[in-house]
Amino acid sequence: MARETISNPTPYMPADLAELAPDGVTQPYWDHCNQGELRIQRCKACGTFRHPPLPGCPDCGARDDEWVRSEGKGRVFSFSGVYHPVLPNVAEYVPYNVVLVQLADAGGVRIISNLLGVALGDIEIGMPVELVWERVSPDVNLPRFRPAGG
Amino acid sequence: MTIKDKTCIVGVGQTEFGHRGQFAHKSQSVQIGEALEEALEESGLDRTEIDGFSSFSMDSNDPSLLAPSLGIPNVNYAGMVFGGGGGGGCAAIANASAAILAGYAKVVMVYKIITQPPNMRFGASYGRAARSDPRSDFHRPFGLMAPGQFFSLFFRRHMHQYGTKTTHLAEVAVAQRFHATRNPRALMKTPLTIEDHQNSRIIADPFRLFDYCQENDGGAVILVTSAERAKTLKQRPVYIMATAQGGAASWGQGLTSQNAPDDIYPSSGHRHMAPRLYAMAGIEPKDVDVAELYDHFSGMVILQLEDYGLCKIGEGGSFVENGGIKWPDGNLPVNTHGGNLSEVYLLGMTHMVEAVRQLRGTSTSQVEDAEIALVTSGPSNLPSSSMLLRR
Ligand SMILES: [Zn+2]
Repeated sequence: MARETISNPTPYMPADLAELAPDGVTQPYWDHCNQGELRIQRCKACGTFRHPPLPGCPDCGARDDEWVRSEGKGRVFSFSGVYHPVLPNVAEYVPYNVVLVQLADAGGVRIISNLLGVALGDIEIGMPVELVWERVSPDVNLPRFRPAGG
Repeated sequence: MTIKDKTCIVGVGQTEFGHRGQFAHKSQSVQIGEALEEALEESGLDRTEIDGFSSFSMDSNDPSLLAPSLGIPNVNYAGMVFGGGGGGGCAAIANASAAILAGYAKVVMVYKIITQPPNMRFGASYGRAARSDPRSDFHRPFGLMAPGQFFSLFFRRHMHQYGTKTTHLAEVAVAQRFHATRNPRALMKTPLTIEDHQNSRIIADPFRLFDYCQENDGGAVILVTSAERAKTLKQRPVYIMATAQGGAASWGQGLTSQNAPDDIYPSSGHRHMAPRLYAMAGIEPKDVDVAELYDHFSGMVILQLEDYGLCKIGEGGSFVENGGIKWPDGNLPVNTHGGNLSEVYLLGMTHMVEAVRQLRGTSTSQVEDAEIALVTSGPSNLPSSSMLLRR
């Protein structure tokens, strides 16, 4: 399928939406992002991935975890085109897309993100996507996605 | 032991229905007093008989202020259900039933008022905070911050898996608007067609304007007491057959995390509660005569039809086709008051009130000989809730 490549605002969404407020459970995720690594929390006892981060494992209750690096490849699991700005600071960004990406190498967890460089009408469930980092501030590096080749 | 048939709803009262912000100047406790007046009047109960308070959705109307304001001398039970939004409505009825059955209280008032001043618009609730918080950090930076946006993702996936169409959404909106045209109190009474729906503007694809509920001010009070006490009151008792609260842990914060397991992702999150609900009542889905299903968004009616076994999983779209939920000839009349979409949005209090009316035989779109009504509260993050009522 011929897909039109379009240019987006940079960053894709206003930076002030990404003034993060992590706690002890979520801080490692964002620290890894800031270093340019997408790492997903995994239970050390039973190996189950979980996202967003939780203090214990939903499957076995164990609290020991590890942060496993993902290549950031996956497929669009669902998506929406947002046409109505619910806050004034996104008024100049509509319509924008929100995609739910199911990672290929992290036990099926999904990342809420945006797809860059694609017209709304060209987004489809199942389309392959890959990670692209977008730094929105000195402290915040966000995982966004773009269509993967092929 | 369960609560089955041991408690009844004996009185309902509503405030005036306002547009968003219309009653913002009015204290919520004043509006609770207005609704209570109507509920007491029709029930035949005296205000001094009320000794229990039950609410949900982070209610700020504490009985410490409410009881003395309403002339209620004893506070023997006070409880509130976790969670925001409309998820806890039926659970607040459940708590009232349990408190009565446990002997904590004799008459419990279940109450909820919503007011939405301009800076407290509910639809922007997930994005409004000046800063993010640890949980919203995972969606807010990506522009996902309004309830309709989250639910649109569920429904888009449902469309992909089951071939559900936006004309199915239209069927829900059109049927409910028709019901509203018959309900004098409803706020949206201009007849609506499938074409009107399809031509309305997109808010969060695939949801259009008419897939969204209204934004309103107002609320209701519902009085619950023992089946024994109900026998000597003014209204035909409406028995609380069964209630269910909670959901699957794997659903958890499934709305805002978007990480519920693949098999239940395109659902309302209610599928886990339905078997418990029917088991407590001792009935099957086919026994339900009328359903008042929480409709913050049209699509969630379709997903709840599936989760409550009123049709097969994936067949909600075809169930609503050709007026499938439209009174009087549909497969199953749903939201006979017009629902949140077309009557009024008061966090689902009106769904409970409408079910009571159906079972008393006083609905404006009365299902003939309605004996059993299903009521659900807002699909969202866990916990949500639902109940079965009978006449
Ligand atoms: Zn584990």
